Amino acid sequence: MQKVYPNAKAALDGLLRDDMLIAAGGFGLCGIPELLIDAVVESGVKNLTVASNNAGVDGFGLGKLLDTRQIKKMMSSYVGENAEFMRQYLAGELELEFNPQGTLAERMRAGGSGIPGFYTKTGYGTQIGEGKEVKVFNGEHYILEEGIFADLSIVKAWKADDTGNLVFRKTARNFNPPAAMCGKVCVVEVEEIVERGALDPDHIHLPGIYVHRIIQGEHEKRIEKVTTRSREDA
Amino acid sequence: MPWDRNQMAERAAQELEDGMYVNLGIGIPTLVANYVGDKDITLQSENGMLGMGPFPYEGEEDPDLINAGKQTITELNRTSYFDSAMSFGMIRGGKIAAAILGAMEVAENGDLANWMIPGKLVKGMGGAMDLVAGVEKVVVVMDHTNKAGETKLLKSCTLPLTGTGVVDRIITDLGVLDVVEGGLKIVELAPDVTEDELRSKTEATIV
Repeated sequence: MQKVYPNAKAALDGLLRDDMLIAAGGFGLCGIPELLIDAVVESGVKNLTVASNNAGVDGFGLGKLLDTRQIKKMMSSYVGENAEFMRQYLAGELELEFNPQGTLAERMRAGGSGIPGFYTKTGYGTQIGEGKEVKVFNGEHYILEEGIFADLSIVKAWKADDTGNLVFRKTARNFNPPAAMCGKVCVVEVEEIVERGALDPDHIHLPGIYVHRIIQGEHEKRIEKVTTRSREDA
Repeated sequence: MPWDRNQMAERAAQELEDGMYVNLGIGIPTLVANYVGDKDITLQSENGMLGMGPFPYEGEEDPDLINAGKQTITELNRTSYFDSAMSFGMIRGGKIAAAILGAMEVAENGDLANWMIPGKLVKGMGGAMDLVAGVEKVVVVMDHTNKAGETKLLKSCTLPLTGTGVVDRIITDLGVLDVVEGGLKIVELAPDVTEDELRSKTEATIV
């Protein structure tokens, strides 16, 4: 079992092709697989469908793949921070499938758990429910949502061991575990690969069975909105 | 005098009871956290956190620690972290007692619109649809009228819906209204706001 690769380009070797479906972790710019996104940009692969809660910002994260027009379709819940995204969408150059945030997370989790569909109240009676099967349970209406089965998952974790056991840090966990679960192949970038045994087995957030390739690298970890209080207020 | 943003947030904080797990939306709802006083309230941030603390001191921002509005925040000694699937599991599963959200329009039957204006503003619903579908009590905090002076409390919403029949209570700059059988019921008026004024700025049926 050799899961550790020297860099993002090597870790994605043989996995990328046009028209594929990629699931990406992250929330806003927090916990995004920035090194793997850069390597996807450099590969030049195109017509991608990307399932990710957000689409990065202009010039960073998935925003880079929008700038190069490599994305055909986004599956997201919120795209408000990206002007180029909005421009391409309103001009009809980019497809957008809005998913309520919890529905998107559960679609990934379900896909990774062998569940092709599930019923949820979320979105019933709205545009999101249009054209979807409706079923009544205990007098309440639910719509059928489908699991996401991605060709590739790209995620970011804090630490890994060489078997792929992962630990995330604070709110950078977000979509990374469900995104990791739903891919046929999952590539993970971490800040540190540690010795076997260094991670407490009781504190593993995602077991290595979901992880196929790992890289370690330096992350910019850009902050989208710095908000602080001054010490004088305390 | 109608309530200002902070007074609306202060009024909304009265909706919260000791021991509640609560989700606050972006904008005025975020300010509600400033007015919970001694009440033991645990704030959920739907990107994967229970027990959200205040903004960090300058220089102590952590890029791995943000709220659902993507602002840097801090943790408390009660904080827990989890992934997005579990976060919305607790929302959809009815574990969150109350959600306080902003809105573009509310209808007299409790329909809520707060996620898009076709052709103009296409940002997305984020977690709002999941929250209104799953949370026990949904409180909307918003201005009574929009920037053009038109009422936001309608007989039926004109914008794409976030949820149908989901709103329980509405707190505006003019007062507090509940969604009841047949329309909206005035619960409270802001200081010096008359019932006639509130009615004249409301299209929804007031019962």
